[in-house]
Amino acid sequence: MNRLSLFLSARKNWVLPYVIFSLVFVVLPLLLIVVYAFTDDAGHLTLANFGKFFDHPEAVNTFIYSIGIAIITTIGCIVLGYPAAWILSRSRSSYAQTLILLFILPMWVNVLIRTLATVALFDFCQLPLGEGALIFGMIYNFIPFMIFPIYNTLQKMDRSYIEAAEDLGANSVQVFWKVILPLSMPGVVSGIMMVFMPTVSTFAIAELLTMNNIKLFGTTMQENINNSMWNYGAALSLIMLFLIAATSLFGSDGKESEKGGGLW
Amino acid sequence: MVRRILEQAYLWLLLLLLYAPIFIIVIFSFTESKVLGNWTGFSLKLYGSIFQTGAHHSLVNACINTVAIALIAAAVATLLGSFAAIGIFHLKGGRRKAVEFVNTIPILNGDIITGISLFLLFVSLGVTQGFTTVVLAHIAFCTPYVVLCVLPRLKQMNPNLYEAALDLGATPWQALRKVILPEIRPGMVTGFLLSLTLSVDDFAVTVFTIGNQGLETLSTYIYADARKGGLTPELRPLSAIIFVVILVLLIIMNRRAGQLKKN
Repeated sequence: MNRLSLFLSARKNWVLPYVIFSLVFVVLPLLLIVVYAFTDDAGHLTLANFGKFFDHPEAVNTFIYSIGIAIITTIGCIVLGYPAAWILSRSRSSYAQTLILLFILPMWVNVLIRTLATVALFDFCQLPLGEGALIFGMIYNFIPFMIFPIYNTLQKMDRSYIEAAEDLGANSVQVFWKVILPLSMPGVVSGIMMVFMPTVSTFAIAELLTMNNIKLFGTTMQENINNSMWNYGAALSLIMLFLIAATSLFGSDGKESEKGGGLW
Repeated sequence: MVRRILEQAYLWLLLLLLYAPIFIIVIFSFTESKVLGNWTGFSLKLYGSIFQTGAHHSLVNACINTVAIALIAAAVATLLGSFAAIGIFHLKGGRRKAVEFVNTIPILNGDIITGISLFLLFVSLGVTQGFTTVVLAHIAFCTPYVVLCVLPRLKQMNPNLYEAALDLGATPWQALRKVILPEIRPGMVTGFLLSLTLSVDDFAVTVFTIGNQGLETLSTYIYADARKGGLTPELRPLSAIIFVVILVLLIIMNRRAGQLKKN
């Protein structure tokens, strides 16, 4: 008992349960993805899983198509979300808080119910389900994650920079491009991270919004895992992981220059 | 003036678009028709049939599972994450960076990677997937958010308070309860609530770790249902109820936060 309390009195040791938990449930599973990706059914080392991916134009096309959809969704979220964040940041703070809450509220409804509601909306307006519905549904699902971080940086921004630029003769377009946008970049970057990464790996949403007509990379991954093609599925996951790692590097580059754009 | 009106109009138009699908679900929960979008007169029959015992047993069961998984996962994640945050706060240099890096992995990864990697873990270990594996998986992706909620509170805390308590004769356990806990409690509450919502909303991780023993959560139920083509009409009143409950909870929480600020 004495030794235990001695051990616990050093508070840095309190992290140990979490470290052990993370090793088993975060690090080890990721290593397993790598192991499965580079082996075949019998457990021999092989690159065949990646060969299969690059030999299949269908899989590669789905991959590129998914990235395209994710980019369009992200751009759509910026174009629609930035003005909203800007207007909110200039409103009275109690009013802005209420509106922010209203923007976040739909997030608390299960993502599949939200998606099915979008399908219902398209049915109701007699619009066809397909690519348009897919992009609408994705923007609908992820735009709050763009508005929130941009609003945070815009709100913290020092107003006197804008006044200084105006005093020095900049017109409103110049003020936006030369002052406001650069200063709010950290928020935009976190917004991009929070929208692009989930959209690129999304599945189920696409199936429901396009009546199974359009397949995204996430669906390909799930199908292979479900059909017991674990090694191939792991290889696809690893490819996705590389894409995620590349995006996060891009994100951390932007963040280091100016702190505090994050959601937290 | 015109500009102000235009600005407000834009915000409310965006909100209207965001809420339109939810409104449609709520409106059509008051009619009996099998297909959404087909109004066959006002009726409360769907609300009645949710609460009828036995009629929609699997749907109600899925709801109970979802709530149970969320509560257990959020509680464990809050405990694990708070202790971890205190530990991380007292770590230095490379070790701290390493733990913080591992902490961000599940956040950056995307649920599908988390799901597949945990699936491979359970398969490799030969574990039968079911309730326990889903809870473990949910703890794995919720705890990092708790850590991120609690750490800032520790940074704001006066570091001498804990030492002072020890000098005045408190045991480490008493100092934890009486000094550290009150300081980090708001962060823990936020982390807990965030974990609850993440867990309830999750589909991708759940679907890979739930196994094939017949266990269903709301997400997997809806997914299976939607794939079969039709959507169980009872999902409409259920979604409406969930939405209203969340709305009320948020308003109460917001009121409380407002009052705390005033005091």
